[in-house]
Amino acid sequence: MASGEAFVVEGKLRVPYDNWYGTLASAFFRELRDHGKIRGIRCPACEKVYMPPRSVCPRCLGTLSVWVDLPPTGTLQTFTVVHYDYGQYYQPMKPPYLLGIIRLDGADTGLCHLLGECHLLGEVEQQELAPGLRVEARFREDRKGNILDIVYFRPIR
Amino acid sequence: MAIRPAIVGVGQTYHRSKRPDVNIGELCTEAVRAALEDAKLPPEKIGAFVVGNMELFEGRYMQDMWQTDFVGAVGKPLIRVTTGGTTGGTLASVAFEHVASGMFDLVMAVGFEKQSEGDTRAGLKTVADPLWNRWQTTGAIGYFARVATFYIKETGAPEDAGSRVRLRLARHAARNPHAHLRMDLESVDQVMKFPYLIPPLRQSDMCPASEGACAIIVASEETARKLPRKPVWVDDWTSVHKEMVYVRGGRHSTADLEMAADRLFRRNGIREPMKDISVAEIYAPATWAELEWLEAYGFCEKGDAWKLEEKGQFHFDGPFPVNPSGGVVCTNPIGATGLIRVAECALQLRGDAGEHQITRKPTRGFSTAWGGSGWTVAHLLSADGL
Repeated sequence: MASGEAFVVEGKLRVPYDNWYGTLASAFFRELRDHGKIRGIRCPACEKVYMPPRSVCPRCLGTLSVWVDLPPTGTLQTFTVVHYDYGQYYQPMKPPYLLGIIRLDGADTGLCHLLGECHLLGEVEQQELAPGLRVEARFREDRKGNILDIVYFRPIR
Repeated sequence: MAIRPAIVGVGQTYHRSKRPDVNIGELCTEAVRAALEDAKLPPEKIGAFVVGNMELFEGRYMQDMWQTDFVGAVGKPLIRVTTGGTTGGTLASVAFEHVASGMFDLVMAVGFEKQSEGDTRAGLKTVADPLWNRWQTTGAIGYFARVATFYIKETGAPEDAGSRVRLRLARHAARNPHAHLRMDLESVDQVMKFPYLIPPLRQSDMCPASEGACAIIVASEETARKLPRKPVWVDDWTSVHKEMVYVRGGRHSTADLEMAADRLFRRNGIREPMKDISVAEIYAPATWAELEWLEAYGFCEKGDAWKLEEKGQFHFDGPFPVNPSGGVVCTNPIGATGLIRVAECALQLRGDAGEHQITRKPTRGFSTAWGGSGWTVAHLLSADGL
């Protein structure tokens, strides 16, 4: 290039969105918000309990409508420690924090959620983290009807 | 072509401005189940999936990650196709190619749009060249106001020509339970009372933003003959995209549309399109575009479409039915729209379109999808036992 000057088109897109929960997920979050209860949903054909719940069975495409009350307790399947800081718009809290996949008692699928609190792993001792760890949900006091109504999962002591 | 594809099942949702009762995946499931039911097939028989919609319209990229679970594609080959406005048409083409290649025996194509969930302007803004045109682009209305202006100027069409198209489409949509806008329009005068968007383009000349989904099932000839539905044969398809930008001096171009139709007609021995083809489901987002594009496809001479419209030639019970479904002006869930054209053509050729079934004997069907800068996807279908 003859000159060192390179022009750049600068801009910013505004991408607002309102993704509907759907009828089934709305019912789930209403129960979570109003009563602090977690419910899974059973596929009678596949005999699986899905948590997160869903209206359509991914295996048989059947309609799912049989709610199953689940306890707030479960088993850690796997986990990771997030160290990299992407900035406030993209992460639930400032790193480091822990993400785990938790299978609630009575469910056949796992929910990805936070473990403990972020700073220095909060209530969780790093050496006790291992698949198989028994954990329980801690709920927010002022619940809004979204997945962060569960603050995090912590070890059952 | 190695293997002859056939459409063996079609399904679509009803369409509305908003579907708060379902999420995107659930919307797709409705169309998928309808198509499976139509084909009398269980979901496990489908070998591969082609899915798509418009980028960014719901504030999401890679929506296939959400669709997969809801269309029955877990653990199976699935490809996402997104070619802007033509997406629905390309979904069909890719499904046809999956079967024609011999790689898959039964393939499902699923298209959807859920426009109330995002800002379509944000998605469309990214289409334009960031250096030269992005600052000026807004959407489709300006483009179709220009189509209307040129059509009137070049053909001498009266200002109510677009409204006559709307009246026909409203009558068609009233007979189609899947149509979005099923307005009770009685007369041209009534349509002419709609306000201008940009003169001579009125609100009644433009399509709505719809939410809905469509699915079709494509089979190889051998499999199609064993299935309960009368197969609809896929004779040919093409895609033409040659215009880089709209802004090329004065007049907008219809070269892509002309080339796509001409190619299909020549390759398939169609010399008199209005005689050889018995139904057209064309992707025209505005009434005036229907008139201009029927001419561009070569169905009639330049300047004749508005006269044929005045004579009622394009009605579902007329000699050359155009958009008997009510067309895109009445229903436009963009990522599904091109696929709905194919599905509606297939229903007509099977004789299963119900209240909006054409009265002319269904022989061959012509469907199109259209998108930014003139991109045209076109399909030629034929009825079984021709």
